[in-house]
Amino acid sequence: MANILTVDDSASMRQMISISLEGAGHIVTQAWNGEDGLIAAQKQKFDLVLTDVNMPKMDGLELTRQLRKLDTYKFTPILILTTEAGGDKKTEGKSAGATGWLVKPFDPEQLLRTIGKVLG
Amino acid sequence: MKIDVTRFHKVYFEESFEGLESMEAGLLVLAKGASGDPETINTIFRAAHSIKGGAGSFGFGDVMEFTHLLETLLDQMRAGTRAASREITTSLLDAVDVLREMLEAKRDAQPVASERIAAAAQVLQKILDLPCSPAPAATTLDAVDQSIWRIDFRPHPHLLKTGNEPIRMFRELASLGQLRVAANMSGVRRLGEIDPEECRLSWNLTLVGMIEERQIREVFDWVEGDCDLDIVKVASVEQMTPTATEPGSPNAPIHPVQSEALTVGKATNIGDGGSIRVSTEKVDAIINLVGELVITQSMLSQFGEQFDVSMIEKLRDGLGLLARNTRELQETVLKIRMLPISFCFNRFPRLVHDLSAKLGKKIQLKVGGEQTELDKTVLEKINEPLLHLIRNSLDHGIESPEARLLAGKPEVGTVQLQASHRGGNVVVEISDDGAGLNLAKILAKAKERGLVGPNENPSKEKIEELIFAPGFSTAAQLSDVSGRGVGMDIVKRNIKELGGNIEIENRPGLGTKFTIKLPLTLAILDGQIVKVGDQAFVVPLVSIVESVQVRRGQTSLISGQEELYRLRDKYIPVLRLYEIFNIPPSVTQLEQGLLMVIEDNGQQAGVFVDDLLAQQQVVIKSMESNFQKVEGISGATILGDGTVSMILDIPGILNLSRQRKVAA
Repeated sequence: MANILTVDDSASMRQMISISLEGAGHIVTQAWNGEDGLIAAQKQKFDLVLTDVNMPKMDGLELTRQLRKLDTYKFTPILILTTEAGGDKKTEGKSAGATGWLVKPFDPEQLLRTIGKVLG
Repeated sequence: MKIDVTRFHKVYFEESFEGLESMEAGLLVLAKGASGDPETINTIFRAAHSIKGGAGSFGFGDVMEFTHLLETLLDQMRAGTRAASREITTSLLDAVDVLREMLEAKRDAQPVASERIAAAAQVLQKILDLPCSPAPAATTLDAVDQSIWRIDFRPHPHLLKTGNEPIRMFRELASLGQLRVAANMSGVRRLGEIDPEECRLSWNLTLVGMIEERQIREVFDWVEGDCDLDIVKVASVEQMTPTATEPGSPNAPIHPVQSEALTVGKATNIGDGGSIRVSTEKVDAIINLVGELVITQSMLSQFGEQFDVSMIEKLRDGLGLLARNTRELQETVLKIRMLPISFCFNRFPRLVHDLSAKLGKKIQLKVGGEQTELDKTVLEKINEPLLHLIRNSLDHGIESPEARLLAGKPEVGTVQLQASHRGGNVVVEISDDGAGLNLAKILAKAKERGLVGPNENPSKEKIEELIFAPGFSTAAQLSDVSGRGVGMDIVKRNIKELGGNIEIENRPGLGTKFTIKLPLTLAILDGQIVKVGDQAFVVPLVSIVESVQVRRGQTSLISGQEELYRLRDKYIPVLRLYEIFNIPPSVTQLEQGLLMVIEDNGQQAGVFVDDLLAQQQVVIKSMESNFQKVEGISGATILGDGTVSMILDIPGILNLSRQRKVAA
């Protein structure tokens, strides 16, 4: 069981992610943009952060950069959710400090499989 | 674990329709020529992006494919490699319509209009300058064989700081086949120099199984660039298995673009029945009030345990507080159903944009008071009438640019939409600065249709009212914008059904103004409680004209059957509720009771009741959902003393009495 933060401006994605993860026994906190995600991450320590890239206010790459600056999130897995299958978002994500990525569209099973890769 | 994704569809549709609205709003800004505001394009892009992402996850492949085209184009615009031309924005607006139709079809489990989609897709593709048909599906041969792989994995010291853990990658490799791991400690520093945040170990791995290099690479996908990696196949048993890569998407036949008429103003449901989005502010207010209610309740329960006459003052205070809490809670809960009228207004800029282009007129829409809140049900039902009125203003009201210039008016016509709260009502005004109603033409038409006698000379107000008559239309030629002659009477009926009314203010040559007055909510009714026998009925206050005391000799019987009452200069039928509902009367003499004059649709009648009791707001409970439909009764409510009281359905009562008359 892990404590997971999911950041996405799409309510249906957030809902799908949380219900899928909660169904697998995880605890999920939702945030709808990078700014809110950062605030949530500072309030409590999450074992995993899932963030969308394209969001209003603060995007997922900036959120990743900000999180990596925090002592508590130095080694925490951060996965970015991206629709662009092309390499540039992945590379950008990596240089921002993301652990890995999950390419949209994905279904709940794929999500759980990928989560399994980074959770101990 | 299998998760059924259909449970997310509802939210997905809701937010997608919202997304489409913001796309539309953004595109209209672009269409006005305010090109290149990056935030506008960004907003449009984000909406498309979300719709596409969701579509893929929730199993709407065709929606995803279509949105992908849109997104690609928007992405180019966002990146500045493609300028927003009028042609592009128009195509995008059309694409938004198509997308909305697709999503509506998905939502309602209807087949999608594939020709229209293909046509719109082709338009987008043309803009994108891409080949029109997708590349044929490729079939390749992949070698899968039993093989032994040697993997040298040398992480860079910072690897852990990306959140990646070598042990988890090994676990994943182990799931592919047999894995042997040997750690190489040569890079590890001496104890005093160890930095616990760095990774100085490296590994030699041996993996045996039916594994492709691609699968191994995938495991290390995320750490590419954060490590040195050598993957070598040591030995293999050849075993060629043909595998087809995913076949290309079924090639939907692409038809030539037909310039189909814009389906403007297609009714889109607002929120569609089920759920409501409520601002957290409102929820917090309710929680707060419930908190206060609990405090009041516990205070009052103390009195119950140890009551003393000296505490009566405190008890009274407590009850006063309870009354206030309850009232506030009621108000706040009702507010949950309240939505800003912008939900409805938002669709009109698009309508005006499309229609004015189609009509060859120049028209601007001004909207005010869009934050005015009203009940969701009222909001849903007001949509259609407003649409009709605006179409009428555009089609019949505003003149062509030439005619306007000739009349000394600015070339661009204005349609104003204004909402506001007035008393317990919401008032929506639709005004235009067009030609106004042509009274002579209306009268001529009405005479032709037989709505007015050939020699009648009705007043100005009467003529204006004629446009609400069923089957009335002055448009010489039926256009597909309006003028089917079914508009205005339906507008009036819909508004009446909501308990509202509509008025016209006509200034010939200067414009027309329609004022719609609507109740704030349908859940609460201002009622007059009346007594009949031992029963109490609630009569909607809006239907009551007056109440009169009958004197002997003011009534007369026609053909021994129908009872009429002379109200000043006219006769109105008398309806005895105890007869209609068959309840034992306590008063049958008209002089001993009261005659309540009610009106519906211009028809008046006198309802005979024993007495008038209080006037109060009542909460309407549906009869249909709790019992069954009862003729003459629109619902029920619970009065202060706990008794159930029926709410009279005035049109229904008038109907009932007419039927009785026929039967008699």
